[in-house]
Formats: sequence, structure tokens, C-alpha cells
Amino acid sequence: MFKKILIANRGEIACRVIKTARKMGIQTVAVYSDADKNALHVQMADEAYHIGPPPANQSYIVIDKIMEAIKATGAEAVHPGYGFLSENSKFAEALSAAGVAFIGPPVGAIESMGDKITSKKIAQEANVSTVPGYMGLIEDAEEAVKISNQIGYPVMIKASAGGGGKGMRIAWTDTEAREGFQSSKNEAASSFGDDRIFIEKFVTQPRHIEIQVLCDSHGNGVYLHERECSIQRRNQKVVEEAPSHFLDEATRKAMGEQAVALAHAVGYASAGTVEFIVDGNRNFYFLEMNTRLQVEHPVTELITGVDLVEQMIRVAAGEKLPFKQEDLKINGWAIENRLYAEDPYRNFLPSIGRLTRYRPPVEGATLTGGVVRNDTGVYEGGEISMYYDPMIAKLCTWAPTRAQAIEEMRVALDTFEVEGIGHNLPFVAAVMDHPKFVSGDMTTAFIAEEYPDGFDGVTLPDDALVRVAAAAAAMHRVAEIRRARISGRMDNHERHVGADWVVSVQGQDFPVSIAADKAGADVTINGACLRVESDWTPGDSIARLTVGGEMLVLKTGKITQGFRIRFRGADLKVTVRTPRQAELAQLMPEKLPPDTSKLLLCPMPGLIVKVDVEVGQEVQEGQALCTVEAMKMENILRAERTGIVSKINAGAGDSLAVDDVIMEFE
Amino acid sequence: MKDILQELEGRRAVARQGGGQKRIDAQHSKGKLTARERIELLLDEGSFEEFDMFKAHRCTDFGMQDSQMPGDGVVTGWGTVNGRMVYVFSQDFTVFGGSLSETHAEKICKIMDMAMQNGAPVIGINDSGGARIQEGVASLAGYAEVFQRNIMASGVVPQISVIMGPCAGGAVYSPAMTDFIFMVKDSSYMFVTGPDVVKTVTNEVVTAEELGGASTHTKKSSVADGAFENDVEALAEIRRLVDFLPLNNREKPPVRPFFDDVNRVEDSLDTLVPDNPNTPYDMKELIQKLADEGDFFEIQQDYAKNIITGFIRLEGRSVGVVANQPMVLAGCLDIDSSRKAARFVRFCDAFEIPILTLVDVPGFLPGTSQEYGGVIKHGAKLLFAYGEATVPKVTVITRKAYGGAYDVMASKHLRGDFNYAWPTAEIAVMGAKGAVEILYRSELGDKDKIAARTKDYEDRFANPFVAAEKGFIDEVIMPHSTRKRVARAFASLRGKKLQNPWKKHDNIPL
Repeated sequence: MFKKILIANRGEIACRVIKTARKMGIQTVAVYSDADKNALHVQMADEAYHIGPPPANQSYIVIDKIMEAIKATGAEAVHPGYGFLSENSKFAEALSAAGVAFIGPPVGAIESMGDKITSKKIAQEANVSTVPGYMGLIEDAEEAVKISNQIGYPVMIKASAGGGGKGMRIAWTDTEAREGFQSSKNEAASSFGDDRIFIEKFVTQPRHIEIQVLCDSHGNGVYLHERECSIQRRNQKVVEEAPSHFLDEATRKAMGEQAVALAHAVGYASAGTVEFIVDGNRNFYFLEMNTRLQVEHPVTELITGVDLVEQMIRVAAGEKLPFKQEDLKINGWAIENRLYAEDPYRNFLPSIGRLTRYRPPVEGATLTGGVVRNDTGVYEGGEISMYYDPMIAKLCTWAPTRAQAIEEMRVALDTFEVEGIGHNLPFVAAVMDHPKFVSGDMTTAFIAEEYPDGFDGVTLPDDALVRVAAAAAAMHRVAEIRRARISGRMDNHERHVGADWVVSVQGQDFPVSIAADKAGADVTINGACLRVESDWTPGDSIARLTVGGEMLVLKTGKITQGFRIRFRGADLKVTVRTPRQAELAQLMPEKLPPDTSKLLLCPMPGLIVKVDVEVGQEVQEGQALCTVEAMKMENILRAERTGIVSKINAGAGDSLAVDDVIMEFE
Repeated sequence: MKDILQELEGRRAVARQGGGQKRIDAQHSKGKLTARERIELLLDEGSFEEFDMFKAHRCTDFGMQDSQMPGDGVVTGWGTVNGRMVYVFSQDFTVFGGSLSETHAEKICKIMDMAMQNGAPVIGINDSGGARIQEGVASLAGYAEVFQRNIMASGVVPQISVIMGPCAGGAVYSPAMTDFIFMVKDSSYMFVTGPDVVKTVTNEVVTAEELGGASTHTKKSSVADGAFENDVEALAEIRRLVDFLPLNNREKPPVRPFFDDVNRVEDSLDTLVPDNPNTPYDMKELIQKLADEGDFFEIQQDYAKNIITGFIRLEGRSVGVVANQPMVLAGCLDIDSSRKAARFVRFCDAFEIPILTLVDVPGFLPGTSQEYGGVIKHGAKLLFAYGEATVPKVTVITRKAYGGAYDVMASKHLRGDFNYAWPTAEIAVMGAKGAVEILYRSELGDKDKIAARTKDYEDRFANPFVAAEKGFIDEVIMPHSTRKRVARAFASLRGKKLQNPWKKHDNIPL
């Protein structure tokens, strides 16, 4: 076995690999850029080696720098993590030339699976099911109909040069195929100046399901079942689970065996993932093979008990797999939510900055029989930088059943505190409560279909709202009693904190009455009496309560006469007032937020790269106004409507904060 | 007998109606509460005891003798805030527009006198059209009687003004002399002369809101210390402020039961100061992480944001915080921030509230506008305030403490009791670059030499240890343990006694 390995990566995956290496008694070397000097993976590793400036193309993906680090530290093997150099065959070659083991598949496997066309060809040869289609050029409409019939309807007619939905038609009949061919061709010619057309099977109700494979260099290979990754936003996976709710035993076996066959066909040796698209009738088609450890590998580890990183290291060291296919059973259910530093209320724009608060849930077994696992590369006081992937953590839960695993996840998300940056916690919490997700009835179009206009928060259902209101009332009473115990009171004329309150939340008023005792309080609300018990004291940001027998975890913050409460993806302003205060509060005017329709606000912290318009200029809807750079991404801000620029407050080179006014319109 | 008792009830009912239902409705329709409703929200439920409910004006000019309303446009009395006594007056806009008559003023003076005598804060709720014109000079005399009492009470009992409607002309000078002024957004304004007069005299066209609304006074003029969305929120927050303040200058600030660990370690503070000395960070994060339960009542948060002032609690006890804010103008001192902080420091000192100073200051803001504006005298106010303060003073230098600004910010030399520094502190006459340019002017052409000199200077002075060697820094502390260290320092100072020499009063550079 290796004595020392280098991890050519950063963030959570570097930390993840270090954990297993440490368990195996292997020394670890981290590499880091200037931006990662204080990063968690650097702190965790036994040694750390500096490899250059922050941009990845000057540090993490510069092969020479990694080779230099290996030489300097004497590492015997390299784990590449995912991304960066993980699927770079040149890197694998360079390692092999230097006599350093690559903890990943052989160069040939990386190369052949790295190319879409080659990989599909190899898959077809290995009898792996691929999306039926005709890759050659199609001469005329009649040929299109013929080919469509061979493939079987529905089919997708696509422009070879196509993109963005242009030159794309779906056909369910011969007539549609004929028309679709013609219109695609015309559109392609006019849009792209290239009218080449091809046809492939249109997969209805597509789900993204992938198979984890693991092979050694002695010809043994197994599959560790599937992961379902259908919840994606713009092809970025957000929620993954294992196993898939959708697969039956026969499909699972067929997919697994084909995946292993493909791996053998390319002489695979390491952990890899074969991605399939599965239609509503459980027909599955090969998409591609990822020749690396996948981001979402923890869910597989949770249901199989196999440490994939450990097996990768052992395989790289020439060991044989310690198990056979029949040893690998599915135990329970695991779900992963990817927490990103992306603001869901601002169309998931990246958010960078300092994590002023970062308190993940406690890892390990839960009191309710589940398991929580949180793979992370950050810490409270750390920085989410603009240079890399904005992932904060991968939160996983395991439980015997899917429903329990979802419930464990809901609680884990409620407990997870992240402050200082925008993040998608509320969004994934909303997904965990979405009926379609709960039923398992989802496709890759889930987010696009269920949140077509983006995400604007969660409205709590009435029963949950009542529990939150009861909890808030009991908490407020505790806080008020504490306030009434201040020193300097007039003896015998102290403030009496009453029993009757009105809780206002989500536009509803709930009159409540509280009868408190030493252990808790009986809160009468909506005609029912809910027992509230908790060890919460004023100032605690997390309140764990039982309300009417149900466990409730609330993230709380103090506001005037109440709390800001975050629960199940809802962000609530909860006020608790005496009946008289509530009566008078009714008289207060509702203030509308200021009109910003005539302003262009900076949607994210960033740098103005250029301003495209001038004062007095008339702009058309959709016209580019200026470019803001954030997270190394150039975001073009466009006019929402026609108007005249009346004032420009920022110029190229200015660094702006969120909601700074860039320009004003007449 | 019963009839007599009933007559009292009847008279009370009339008095409580103020200017009558129609005017009450009008008040409500403007999003404003009535004088009595406001008192109800300000004080503990059922604790208000009213004085002079039936007091009426004595004016007989302009037909005023026919127009009598019990209470005469102001509700006065006392009650409790969380069981602690306060005196209160609340002007009633439904009665003669809340205008101030001789008798109206007498009512205010009465409770102010009692507040002084009995040692309890005065909270004034202002909602008044101004002087009772029919009374002429008697009304002006009334204002002056109130002013005189504001002056006498200053530094004796806390005085808080809440502007909840118009407050114009001479009327503004009573709130102006109180300790804190709070306003309600969109429904209150304050100015010496209104938009009409402004138009006549200077030809400026300006709305009442622009001239003297909450936004103007919290952001531009600094007349107000804070603004709230509406009456309900404002009064709830005033209650919160009262919980931080002592009842008078002979009492210690209040202590409240707290549920926060005094020894709480905040590891994230170790990374608060960025590697690059020119990168800003948010000083409020440090304040929140130091404070009991993260509770911070900020004073003047929208004005001179390069300095932060406000109240926190440590071990349940009030502490005034003054902190440079590197996020704004690099946290430098200038005219506005010096004035803002000086006033706050003097308030704390007057009422025995210990002062915590968090320092990251690159110096004073240079420029003609500052010099012409008198930064010398304004900066001296803060220096003066710190130097004369006898309350416990604990200072933590997180990063820069350059030049004269280092001296000003509660340095050891101004009788700082505990002067701590983080390891990231740089205590020097100025930044390395500037220092080298002066010290090695002859070498300025030679980049390499200058770079070497700069590095030398940084190595020597960009740390807290030179100051620590001289005893100007009592100890260099780890950022993560700041809460514990600061709380312990204040705990050790609970018995502090320090007396300035007798004088009639000082002569702070006003």
C-alpha cells in the first residue's frame, strides 16, 4: 500500500479523500492556490504544497505544477477527485511516466470514454443500449420518414449545428416527421447557415439514472447499483438519491450488467459511473461514462457500506476487489442535497463572500434511526471565493426507507445554519416537501416545470403554520418574561407578562392563549390545545421544540416583537403581540417596497466590466446595458423594457455590492 | 355618592376622547396612533398613571375661552418599562393640533421635575403643530420652560424623544437637547423653518419630507439617531433601548438575566481580518459575535457609517460600543464620525455605561473639505470625550491604529483600562508606504530600495509588539477569545472609581 498520496484537488472532495486516506494510515499531501491558503483541505492534510495563483488554469489544472508538488513531497500516488485533472489523460500519462500511481482508471479508458462518439460506438459494440438514431446526413423528407420509422416514434429531428432549441422538432407521426424535417432544415439554414439534419429517438419522461461501477486490474468488476439524479437545474445536479424509486429489479440488473460490460470493454480499473437516460417505460439508453469519482458518490456509499475512495486506492495499489456482485445489497435509502452558494431568490446567481455562520447538522446516527453525513470543504469564518465551484457542502441522509430518508433530510436542512452568503438551502428544502419529489414521480424537467418562474420561497401549509405560530408564541413569552426580570424594577409593581397573544405570520393572525408550567406550555390556538416543550432560551439561533407531539426545528432570529423564523424552506416574519398591541398594529399602514422598476440594480457583488449605453440613449427591451463580472462569469445585464437612460452611476472597473444602482431610466 | 363617582368616570371618558372620534379617525387615517395609544404601547400594560388629565388652558383671546378640552393637547404621567419607572409625555394632535400652550408646557415641566427629583428617564412623544398662536408669548415662554428643564436634566436622567408627527420651529429645540431622537418614516418631520418659508426666503423648492423627514435626519443631518417603519415598531424599539439605560446618573446600568456563555469561543474571528491589509471586512460581525446573544442596538446606523456606535450587553450588563468600520471609507475618522462617536462616548460616560472601543483606523480623512470644515476641532471632540471619560474603558485593536487616530481611539494614554490588540494589529505613526516616502525621500527613485525599506518598516511596525513592549498594549489576545477577555476585563472594572478634578464644567471644543 502507498505510504503517501497527493490529492490534486480542493474543497470538499479533497477533504473527503483525506479522511479515507487517514483511516487507511496513508499520509496525505494537499495542493493549494493562493486563494486556498486557509482552506479546510490544507488544514486537514499532513502536508500542503502551494501551486500558484487562484485561477484554476494557473494552479489546479496545470499538470507541471502538480508534478512539481509530487516530486517535492515524494507522494507515491495521486487522487484527482472530480473535475480539474480527473479525466485528463495527459495527466494520467505524465504520472505514469514519472512512475506515480494514478488513483483512477487506465489512460486508455479515460481516452475512449472521453469522446462522445467513440464512447457511443464502444457502448454499441459492447451491447449497451444507446439512444437509437441515425447519425448520417439525411437527404430529403421521405428519407427522414423512413429513418423515423426505423427508430420508432417519437423521434427528435435536430439540426447538426443546432442549439438553444432552434432547428429542433419532435415528431410522433409520419406527417409530423415530414413537416418537422422541412422546417428544421429551413430554420437550421437560416439560423446557422448549415442545414445538416439528423434524427434520434425522443426520450419521453426522461430520468437521469446512473450506475456506479468498480473494477480492479485483475479483471473483476461489480456494479454498486444506481443513483437517480433527475433533479437538475440547467444540467447541474441538485438532488441525488440511491436507489432509484423508479427501477425494478430486472431493469436494475440489466443496467448494472451492461455498465460492467462497458467497463470491461475498455479495460476499466477503478470507480466509474455509467450514465443512462431512462424513459417512462423503463427503457434505458447509455449517455456517457464518467471515468472518475462522482460528486454524488456518498449516496452509494451509504446504501452499500462500501468506501469508494478506499477501493479506488486499493485498486490503484493493485489489490483485488474484496467483494463479489452478490455481496452488494441495497441497504435502505440515501439522499444527497447539494448546497450551493447560489441565491435562489435571485435566479440562483452565485453569491460569494465570508461564511459568517456555518453550522452543519451533527453527523452520524440520529435519534430517529437515520444517519446524517455532510461532506464539506468550508468552515465558519471561511470564504466562498469567486474562483471555484460555489458548492458549500453535500448534505446526505440515510434511513431504512425513502420516506424516512426524506424526513431526516428535512430536519437536517432545518438545522443547517449558513449565513453571510446567499445559498440554496430554502430551495432544496422546498424540493424535499414537493409532492412530486415525495412521490418519486419526477423527470429531468422537474425544476424547469415546477419552478418555471424561478423560486420565490415557500408558503407553509396551515397545519405547519399553526405549529410554528404556537412555538413562536411560547418562545416570545419566555423572552418577555426574561425582559421583565431586568434589575432596577419597582418592587411589587413588576410587569406582569400575560397569557394572551396574537401571532401574525404569512398574512394570518392567530389569537393564542398560553398556560405555562415548569416543563413547557399548553398553547391554545385555532381552538386546539398544543403542548409546546423546548429547552430554547432567548438568543439561541436554533430552537428544537415538540409542538403537539411533533418535533420542530426552527432557525430563529430576533426582530421587533417577534422572530424571523426559517423552517422547511419558508422564510417567515413572525410577530407576537398582545391583543391590544395587535389591535393597534392593524392601524399601521402597509408600506410598499420602493419602486425599482426605473433602476438597474446590481444583482450580485461584482465588478463592472463595461457599460454599453450612454445617458440619454434610448434602449430596447433585451438590449445589453452593462456587463458585471462575478465568480469569473461575465453577466450581461439587459433592459427589461424600452426606456431612456437618465443617469449612470457606475463605470467600468467599479466594484459593486448587491442592489447598488448601476443606472436609472426616465 | 355614586353619582359623584360616576361623574369622575364621565369626565375621564371625555378626556380620553381627546379631540373627538372624528379627529381620532383622521389621525388613524394618516397611519398615526393617538397620544394615549402610543403611551399604551410604550409602557407596560396597565402601568400608566396620568397626571393633569383635566388641566385646561387659560387663554381668553381669539375666542379660545369657548374652546376648552381637558388635557390641553398633551398626555403626561408615568409608568413602567419592564417594571422600571419612566416619565412620559405624549402630545395629542387631535387636541388643538397638539399645539403648545402655557398649560401644555406646565404639564410637561411637571413630569420633568418629578423625573429629575425621583431619578427616572423622560420619554417625550412629539406630535405637535407648534406654538399655540393664540397665546402668543405665553406659548414661547412655555417652550423655554421646557428647554431649561431639558438642559438641567441632561446628564441627570436619560431623555429620549420620539418624533411621531410634525415638530417644527422652536419646538425642535426640546428634542434637540435630549439624548436620543427617533423618528417614524413617512409620518414625521422636523425643521426650524418649513418649506413655505424656505421658498420665500431662499427660493428653494423642497417638500417637508425632503427638508426634515426621517431619511434626511438619519442620513444627512444626524439630528435623529434612528428611524422606524411605524408607530408600533418605534415604540417597541424604544422599550428595547430603555432596557439598556440606567434610570439616572446615580445608578448603574441595568443587569438582565442572560443565556449566553461568557467563555464562548468564536473561531471564525481568527479569520475576520483579511490577509490583505487593504481589504475591508465587516466590523459588525465582531460586535455581534462579542455581544450577549448577538443583540446590538445601533445608534445612528445610517450616518457616518465609517464609525459604529451602539449598545450591547456583556454578562447581561450594558456596554457602549464604538468601532471603526473598515467597510466604509476604510474606517477613517472624519468630521462626521468624530462628532457621532464623541456624542455617544459622552452619553455613556454621563450614565456610567462602560465603553468598548474596537479599533481599525487608518487615520484622519485628508482633504480641503475636511480642513475647511474644521476637522481639527471636530476630531478633538472625540479625543476630548475619551480623555475625560471615567467609566471603564476596554479597547481592542483589530488591525490598523495609525497616527493621531490611534491616540484618539481610547488609547492607553487616554486612561484606557484594558488595551488589547489582536496579533493582526499594526500600531504605527502611519502605513509603511507613507512612512518610507518621508523617511527615505532621497531614495524614492530607486524602486528596489524603497521596497526593501517598506518591508523593513512593515516588519518592525506592522504588528502589535512594539506597542506591547512599551506597555501601551496590555496584552495581545487571540481573536477567538475576545468575548471572554473583554467580558472578564469589564468584570474586573466593576469597582472602578476615577474622579476628574473639580471644575464648573469643561470646555469641550464645540
